[in-house]
Amino acid sequence: MNVVVCVKQIPDPAAPPSLDTANTLDRSGKLILDDSDAYGVEMALQLADAAGGGEVTLVSMAPNGEVSGLRTALAMGAAKAILISDDALVGSDALGTAKVLAAAIRRAGPDLVLAATESTDGYTGTTPVQVAELLGFPSVTFAKKVEVSGSTVKVERQTEAGFDEVESPLPVVVTVTAGVVEPRYPSFKGIMAAKSKPVETLTVADLGIDPAQVGAAGARQAITSVTAAEARQSGEIVVDEGDAHERIIQFLEQLKVL
Amino acid sequence: MAIEKIWVLAESADGKPTTTTLELLTAARSLAGTVEAVGWGEVASCAATLGEYGATTLHDVGDLAGSLPGVPVAAAMAQAIRAGGAPDAVLIPATYDGRDVAGRLSARLDRPVLTNVVGLTAADGGLETEHAIFGGAQVAKARFTGEGPGLFVIRAKSFAAEASGGGAAAVSPLDVPDTGTSGGATVLARHAEERSGPKLDEAEVVVSGGRGLGEKDQYAMIEELAGLLEGAPGASRAIVDAGWVPYAYQVGQTGKTVKPTVYLACGISGATQHLVGMKGSKNIVAINKDQDAPIFSVADLGVVGDVHKVVPKLIEAIKARG
Repeated sequence: MNVVVCVKQIPDPAAPPSLDTANTLDRSGKLILDDSDAYGVEMALQLADAAGGGEVTLVSMAPNGEVSGLRTALAMGAAKAILISDDALVGSDALGTAKVLAAAIRRAGPDLVLAATESTDGYTGTTPVQVAELLGFPSVTFAKKVEVSGSTVKVERQTEAGFDEVESPLPVVVTVTAGVVEPRYPSFKGIMAAKSKPVETLTVADLGIDPAQVGAAGARQAITSVTAAEARQSGEIVVDEGDAHERIIQFLEQLKVL
Repeated sequence: MAIEKIWVLAESADGKPTTTTLELLTAARSLAGTVEAVGWGEVASCAATLGEYGATTLHDVGDLAGSLPGVPVAAAMAQAIRAGGAPDAVLIPATYDGRDVAGRLSARLDRPVLTNVVGLTAADGGLETEHAIFGGAQVAKARFTGEGPGLFVIRAKSFAAEASGGGAAAVSPLDVPDTGTSGGATVLARHAEERSGPKLDEAEVVVSGGRGLGEKDQYAMIEELAGLLEGAPGASRAIVDAGWVPYAYQVGQTGKTVKPTVYLACGISGATQHLVGMKGSKNIVAINKDQDAPIFSVADLGVVGDVHKVVPKLIEAIKARG
């Protein structure tokens, strides 16, 4: 079974984020694998293994030919990667990104496409479903358990009330929530092997996409302003000397919660 | 482009529209002369309430025969939009199914979508959105520049729901075209998880735990404290990622937005990811051993201390009150 995992390379979330001159997130520095995507990579490796073989291919769109995050996922065990990097993609929105990813995924011809429910940096949360629509695939989002048997996938999908058992024929796009599997740490051998794994780098033209459909122009939206939010006043600080719980009780009493 | 007609994606549960649906109808009413709802499943039984909040028509996709809503509902909406009578904007709740409909509709119509919207105002004949970014430290405003309809995915609790006293919405069926291979996902069974207290996003008190708890088993004290306060237990992304609690517990950018009377953050440092989901709480109490933790910048009462000491004492003290 061949699995494609959509992975995003993002600015390190631990560092303070900043906006560029176009008021979009500054992605000019080093990018790393979005933590959210490690679950999809792990799930793909486990599912390919359970199916008795097959390849896990990463698909990613990133500026400046960035591969650091891809190397992390390759070190976990993915076989190869397709990277789309092109100046024409600067300022792309979720739909523009989906057009690019869908075109790249089509080349890989997978049985299953996995993605996170949303990225950590942009968190639009619609890209995987847009990809599915563009490919004509079904989609099952917010999966907390995924099993493939033959040409069918069975998913436990998070709902407001609990979860649904959902079944879909392959090929299908499935988005996985965090915590569904425990992502493995790349081994030293894995890290060494990742250095020589193939990363195919493509442009918008390679994918046959009209540049007007992607990038800032294709996004058909404008950020009109970015301003500081009204700051919340910080309140009373108590250092616990063994009786801080009494202050909390008092506070809750004032609010009539107790 | 003046805003004349808005569609609201109406979700229902147990025969009633969800609170977010009513919030969106209220907002739509203030922005457009005509407000219509689009729903599926048992939504027709909600026509009276939807009307009361401003919808004059309910476009009913009807029974989905087990399909997940995303594909058939978006396909039906897209077909109706192409056939004429398109709205200027579609407001969609940021829920599991809402996001599916938004993504499908966006790709089908080739229209961009603005998500994580927390405010919506009329500006220059169109709509301007507000988004809380960087943990709510900054507000970004945005608008569409191309052809409509504009698709907006809106977070819960962005608007207050207020009835307008309108009559029941007229129910009008909406046909689903053939969706081919994309419509293949079907629901085999639905499972409701046992929940003893109030829902996370409706609770007056939310008690959340984070990585500061140290290990999975320690989350039990968060649940116990939430129970004693008749509140709901929540979690930071860190411990959801670690698999300690299910995704449904997550408060934050990814996850639920909560605005309870009291939010108790236990062992949560206050990453921007978390702050954006709880900063709107009326009162915030934080317990964390690191006095420099960002959570203290939003806390009305901050306790610099060990959750493993403070929380058990708090539990005992509340129990002692009987």
